[in-house]
Amino acid sequence: MNYEPVIGLEVHVQLSTKTKIFCGCSTNFGASPNTQTCPVCLGLPGVLPVLNKEVVQCAIKTALATNCTVVERCIFHRKNYFYPDLPKGYQISQYDIPLGENGWIQIKLDGKEKKIRITRVHMEEDAGKLIHSENPEDSRTRVDLNRACVPLLEIVSEPDINSPEEAYQYLVSLKQILEYLEISDCNMEEGSLRCDANISIRPVGESRLGTKAELKNMNSFKGVQKALEYEIMRQKKLLIEGKKVYQETRLWNTDLNRTESMRSKEEAHDYRYFPEPDLVRINIDKEWVNKTRQSLPELPKVRRDKFKKEYGLSDYDVEVLTMDRKVADYFEECSKHFPNCKMIANWITGDVLAALKDKKNNIDNFNMSPEQLGELLGLIENGTVSGKIAKDVFQDMVCTGQDAKQIVSEKGLVQLSDEGELVLIIDKIIQQNPKPVDDFRSGKQNALGFLVGQIMRETKGKANPQLVNRILKARLS
Amino acid sequence: MSTINRVGDMKLHTLTAHELAKLLISREVSSEELTRKLYGHIEKTDKNIGSYITLTKDIAIEQAKEADKRIKEKRDVGTLTGIPIAIKDNMCIKDVLCTCGSKMLSSFIPPYNATVINKLKKNGLVFLGKTNMDEFAMGSSTETSYLKVTKNPWNINTIPGGSSGGSAAAVASDQAVLSIGSDTGGSIRQPASHCGIVGMKPTYGRVSRYGLVAFASSLDQIGPLTKDVWDCAALLEVISGYDSLDSTSVNMDVPDYISFLNKDIKNIKIGVPKEYFIEGIDKDVELTVKGAIEKLGSLGAIIEEVSLPHTEYAVATYYIIAPAEASSNLARYDGVKYGYRAKGEGVDKDLLGMYENTRKEGFGAEVKRRIMLGTHTLSSGYYDAYYLKAQKVRTLIKQDFDKAFRECDVLVTPTSPTPAFKIGEKTDDPLQMYLSDIFTIPTNLAGLPGISLPCGLSKNGLPIGLQLIGNYFEEGRILQVAHAFEQSTDFHRNKAR
Repeated sequence: MNYEPVIGLEVHVQLSTKTKIFCGCSTNFGASPNTQTCPVCLGLPGVLPVLNKEVVQCAIKTALATNCTVVERCIFHRKNYFYPDLPKGYQISQYDIPLGENGWIQIKLDGKEKKIRITRVHMEEDAGKLIHSENPEDSRTRVDLNRACVPLLEIVSEPDINSPEEAYQYLVSLKQILEYLEISDCNMEEGSLRCDANISIRPVGESRLGTKAELKNMNSFKGVQKALEYEIMRQKKLLIEGKKVYQETRLWNTDLNRTESMRSKEEAHDYRYFPEPDLVRINIDKEWVNKTRQSLPELPKVRRDKFKKEYGLSDYDVEVLTMDRKVADYFEECSKHFPNCKMIANWITGDVLAALKDKKNNIDNFNMSPEQLGELLGLIENGTVSGKIAKDVFQDMVCTGQDAKQIVSEKGLVQLSDEGELVLIIDKIIQQNPKPVDDFRSGKQNALGFLVGQIMRETKGKANPQLVNRILKARLS
Repeated sequence: MSTINRVGDMKLHTLTAHELAKLLISREVSSEELTRKLYGHIEKTDKNIGSYITLTKDIAIEQAKEADKRIKEKRDVGTLTGIPIAIKDNMCIKDVLCTCGSKMLSSFIPPYNATVINKLKKNGLVFLGKTNMDEFAMGSSTETSYLKVTKNPWNINTIPGGSSGGSAAAVASDQAVLSIGSDTGGSIRQPASHCGIVGMKPTYGRVSRYGLVAFASSLDQIGPLTKDVWDCAALLEVISGYDSLDSTSVNMDVPDYISFLNKDIKNIKIGVPKEYFIEGIDKDVELTVKGAIEKLGSLGAIIEEVSLPHTEYAVATYYIIAPAEASSNLARYDGVKYGYRAKGEGVDKDLLGMYENTRKEGFGAEVKRRIMLGTHTLSSGYYDAYYLKAQKVRTLIKQDFDKAFRECDVLVTPTSPTPAFKIGEKTDDPLQMYLSDIFTIPTNLAGLPGISLPCGLSKNGLPIGLQLIGNYFEEGRILQVAHAFEQSTDFHRNKAR
């Protein structure tokens, strides 16, 4: 029997607001334990939360960018459970009325597009972190509450995902949207993007859902994909052997590459949700939503379509250029200074990205402005430098930050295109190399390459290659 | 009003804040002298009464000296500058023990000030100490306190009421000129009634709750307990106002509450809800309150009967909502970060064991009862039947009041169905205890302001309180009626001895 997986993903994204969701503490990552705390995020007796409006703004942006409807009246609930990293004994979250619902995003797999529906987008506070001692003689666990009260968005998909690869693509697309919105640094290593997965399998053609497992503890997109692959295999094996899949929460073990049972359905918490009485309802009126909509940047899909249609770029170029909003911005800025978009695309997808990767840099603090790159490409286009020389000039620019024109004139790299001068040099090379000349005349085509090489050497690479080819052939015939 | 002749002879501590304010401003008496006098009286009497958990004498003397300086330099002098006040032990003062009447917090020292504390400081009041209360404000007699029993200054065999019993007893026994308490279901008004003083619960949102250790967030409100209505108006004005740290505080100007006093009450419509004169109400209470209503009529108010038909559901509704919120608010006391942590076998290595033992040992019986009630009513499968239903009834109760206030300006009721009862009389019968708040609970559910003021004594010589309930943010109106009643009677001059 053939089985198909049914997968829904829950993504938690930490917002990069300056302050926490319910107090004025900083959200910076990596400070010493408990230095970014105050009575409110420590959950001391008597404190009250005050909502950071910036968080609502980020949530509205995300809801709109994922095609969700934004609720008019927004309320918070308390989710009650005990854990040492949860200072109040409850998490302030949203429950039956999330900020956004019924949205979708588009993913692409093997050239095919697919819509994945978004169930909900909601706001909540993060918990702190437990630090377990690494010393075997010290069994204590310490609590760091710097992260407590940091704003999170939870983005939940419908179970529209049918393979681990689709899950991976969904995460890539979602992350891309979040990065375009500039609401999070989406750094999985620092935990600012986290993903849990719900997965069940069912016989192909069956419409009822199978029993699902919830997978946690995956710390990369590839990890999510691998955990899902493992889980599909595990569940299939159970069903084939005539056994049952139990509803449970399972943890992905990165070292052993397998999922392990954490708790069964019976052990699941009863969170006793109820409306948070310390916060008042906030009204999100049409004006607020419309203003936010107008302030949204061009989102990945719109940008991809535009790059394809307006700039006439290939699918590959579009994909690479729009992956990062800043790279796409760089491309568009460059195109204001140089008209040949295909050529810009080649340089960015090739040399620019390679240079960034090489220097472990990102385009934000790249040494070369889009205008400078445009100027360099202009010098190639008008024949001032050869394409080959341009590569060297490019490397110089990356290192020094100087303009292309300056480097070309200081180093005397202007292309030699004077026909009279070239004829003299070519004749000299013909005289000095009688054997290759004879070889060519007797039909050996590759002798021409040797001669061109000699001419380029003589001119230190500056000779215009098209002219050299044409003149050389004429002189030899 | 008594005339003040020679300062030296006077029992300074027995005076009201407005009497003392005159002496302070004229510099016949210094705040330091007054403060020391009060501590002398506290030392003498508190062994018997037990109002205070913590005395903050060093802070108070410091504050009194500063107040005297302000008065001398005529700098930032408010109506209550230099007046000593007692504070219920569930409001945070930076670096001062805040026990909430619980073993759980018996060593907890907050690192921050509640907003009311900052307001009192700004106005130059002097902090005498922190007063006893029912554990986490859960109770109507102050008997659930882990730390001590507080006795009613009128008869030390009876309870002072609760949960702000310490604050009420301190004012009634002249151990403080003023005090503040908190009121979730009657915790200011009921003890004020039992101790023969004035106590007010303001409109929900009038006073910031920031720094008040939460019991039931949607019901809690801080308010004054005072010797008379003038003092109540003055203290209310000091503590009221919007606070950006409390999202539920309301951004409205604070009126000059004293300007409502000394006005006649002719043609003010006073409604008498018939559901508040029920079977089971103490005869003395019923007669005394009816007498007080007649008095209001004789002062020119128009008395009419009104109906609040959902009153009978108020106690049941309250005992769903308040414990539900409390079960969540008290979850933070888990032994991890501050407060009590259980020790011993099984606790050091096992997280669940640590939680269970900490909460088992750290909370008293009444608190645990309410946590269990609230946990149950919020659990899945029960939420709709209990919590959601209770919220609906709460709306109906609120609508009853809205309707009543379309017909009248103020409502009048007894504060409590009985005078103070004997210590230990109801500790084994929680339901009887819960009924002590039957007349005060509906106002909390609706979020309305209510005041209790003395209106006579029972045959046994215990005070009886009259409750006036106003429309939202109409504290001024109930102060006006209360003041008119007070000025035409002598009940507020009755003293415990």
